[in-house]
Amino acid sequence: MTLRDLAIRYGFLVLLFGLIAYFAISADGFASPQSAVFIFQSVAITGILALGVTATLVVGGFDLSIGSVATSAMMAAAYVMVVLEQNAVVAVAACLLIGVVVGLINGFLIVYMRVPDLLATLGMMFLLVGLQRIPTEGRSIATGMTMPDGSVAAGKFSANFLALGRHRFDFFIDNLLPVSVVVLLVLAVLIWFFLEYTRFGRMMYAVGSNPRAAELAGAPVKAYKIWAYVISGVFASIGGILLAARLGRGDIASGNNLLLDSVAAALIGFAVLGAAKPNAFGTAIGALFVGVLLQGLTMMNAPYYTQDFIKGAVLVIALVFTFALSNRGRV
Amino acid sequence: MVENAVFRVEGLRKSFGRIEVLGGVSLDLHAGEVTVLMGANGAGKSTLVKIISGVYARDGGAMKLGGEDFAPATPAEAIRSGVVTVHQNINDGVVADLDVATNLTLDRLSGSGAPTFFNPRRVRREARIVADRMGLAIDLRSRINDLSLADRQMVAIARAMAHEPKVLILDEPTSSLSSAEATRLFAVIDRLRAHGVAILYISHRMSDIRRLADRIVSMRDGKISGVFEDKPLDYEGAVNAMLGRRIHLDRIVVNEAAKTVLAVDGLRIAEGARPISLTLGAGEVVAVTGLVGVGKTALAETLFGARAPLSGTMVLNGTRYAPATPGEAIAAGVFLVAKDRGDNGIVQDFNIYENISLPFLKRLSGLGVLRRNVERATARRQIGDLGIVCRTERDEMGTLSGGNQQKVMVARWMSQPASLFILDEPFQGVDISARRDIAAKLRASSNGRATLIFVTELDEALETADRILVMSEHTIVGEHRNADIDMDRLLAEVAGQPLRGAA
Repeated sequence: MTLRDLAIRYGFLVLLFGLIAYFAISADGFASPQSAVFIFQSVAITGILALGVTATLVVGGFDLSIGSVATSAMMAAAYVMVVLEQNAVVAVAACLLIGVVVGLINGFLIVYMRVPDLLATLGMMFLLVGLQRIPTEGRSIATGMTMPDGSVAAGKFSANFLALGRHRFDFFIDNLLPVSVVVLLVLAVLIWFFLEYTRFGRMMYAVGSNPRAAELAGAPVKAYKIWAYVISGVFASIGGILLAARLGRGDIASGNNLLLDSVAAALIGFAVLGAAKPNAFGTAIGALFVGVLLQGLTMMNAPYYTQDFIKGAVLVIALVFTFALSNRGRV
Repeated sequence: MVENAVFRVEGLRKSFGRIEVLGGVSLDLHAGEVTVLMGANGAGKSTLVKIISGVYARDGGAMKLGGEDFAPATPAEAIRSGVVTVHQNINDGVVADLDVATNLTLDRLSGSGAPTFFNPRRVRREARIVADRMGLAIDLRSRINDLSLADRQMVAIARAMAHEPKVLILDEPTSSLSSAEATRLFAVIDRLRAHGVAILYISHRMSDIRRLADRIVSMRDGKISGVFEDKPLDYEGAVNAMLGRRIHLDRIVVNEAAKTVLAVDGLRIAEGARPISLTLGAGEVVAVTGLVGVGKTALAETLFGARAPLSGTMVLNGTRYAPATPGEAIAAGVFLVAKDRGDNGIVQDFNIYENISLPFLKRLSGLGVLRRNVERATARRQIGDLGIVCRTERDEMGTLSGGNQQKVMVARWMSQPASLFILDEPFQGVDISARRDIAAKLRASSNGRATLIFVTELDEALETADRILVMSEHTIVGEHRNADIDMDRLLAEVAGQPLRGAA
């Protein structure tokens, strides 16, 4: 194995551990369980969305609608509880349903209507951004809000639902792990196992790499593609649920960065372990990398407005790793 | 004859790396004559065309146009000198989003002396002149996108003719046309011939060739293997020169079929084609041969469920067999090694064992979870069986030679027992030793299943099969037991029956 191979394979992990070591030495309090949990929490929702979009990248597609699926789910959760006065279970179910339906529609547009993936999901993104404002005529949803007809909404966020955003599990230290981090870890392990160790995941990679060969090997290519978009939609709606639970309201203005951050995490994942292809482990590391970098820089008093620049720079460097250095990207 | 040659090619040579593609090709084209160029895949036809049309530079030899030296550095230069090529892919010859008039005059939009401003009326006026000269009856305002393939082809040719060429090269112009559309094209070619254009016509379709050819030139392995100009033209001789036996190889010991595996009755795979009926028995290897474009791949894909037949029934091992998808075919024990492995077979991101296990993941997993140790053991067994040259079963496909990649594709489908094993052009892009290995393995393992291979090269059929079927015009026209074959009859069948009716 040459030095170049080593650089491609372990470069990003070395960089990640280097960063952690550097911050641990130079920023007070960086190397603590609370700080680690905070990093995980800051990337939990984008990480979940990124894992979903990874599934669509695996089948050779792309999903630009994930951000708006998440915010639509958030608005739906708020609407169901505050306006329709339903409980947490109904709210969660409604969100998941939205994810499934949007995924099915995306898949249908791409597979059967032959709309290119980027365009179909871009259209869906616009559609959802608009749709989520219609029921409340553009207002954010909060307990005690005034409805368009002048009445006051009687429902409120249920305590159980808010717990999804605020409860912390004990893990060696009391009240350490937030629910969102646990959900992220569980989903990451699930999708990683699904993609790497089941025949469905293997076939999804085949569909992404050579759909014609996959079809002639007996795979229902169209069904696999649609399933990938359903996975993406459901993961995004789970992200939306956690967002609603964290905010405690349906905020029209929130979630702007979700799409870009999660797509960046998934693409950074290409560079991890020299995979040069979408993979769940890489996506998780990609999300973590961004989280560590931002948390470290914040603790070292870097101004907040440099954050997007840094994320962009990391993404560009990761893409260079993937496409210029590895032979895979050159095919 | 030689004196009035408009265009001459002498001793043309071209190599790519260490592979010699053209080994001294000489060719004359005469004014007012259609010269048909025949050759199997890889014979060097397209390289020759690309040198003449200025896409490639030649390594050696000379080209003369009207007695003058001809050495175009770019396609544009060749066109300006009067050598115009209409390439096989119709959409390379037209711009789909523009209208017919603009397409016909496209070459006047650029280059020195072209007006800066686009004047639609002037363009239509000039286009009208071009169209009238060709007898082109197409609305000049319609968009190329809205035209049929034949009309697009006509526009591409009319555009070429706008340069008033002395030499016109048509590269398989009918490959995507219906026979009615082809008839229109032939009328145009007749008109051009009458105008004294020297035409080089490249085709595999015997019906086209019988309709048009004044002379036939056969090419093989980068050399001219036969020139036929005495009337009546010797079509079988031309096919023989392009495909016939090079050397007498070892005779194979012909197996007789045991019980019937597949019975096909009245299968029609193309509009207007006669139905196909055939039976395949256990333990026999049957080769289907025929020129490119006679429907070999269509038949293979129909048997594999990747394409629906127009009519007909199939019976596999005594039960009705009508696969709607390749998945159903695989479940029924019908496997296909598809042709063009790069497009239809290899998953480039997968390593060897992942490529081999691909169609059988369900059998190689429990509750959906892959059993990699079984996958890898299967792959190791196949690597040994077929003599695939690699370090381990985890090697990337990109590190293998073409022959070894093809062996992996064969290994994939031999890793599980088949009832009917179909291989479409399994020896394409494969070196001679890999070809021998694959053929030997196919024969050695043929017990208990029916094996069907589709090949264009006769040698490959003679070397591997117990029985040889000949296809022409989307149906089977002949059958031979591979012992004391009547080669004349076989070649006549490959060359097709004499023309019935128009094209």
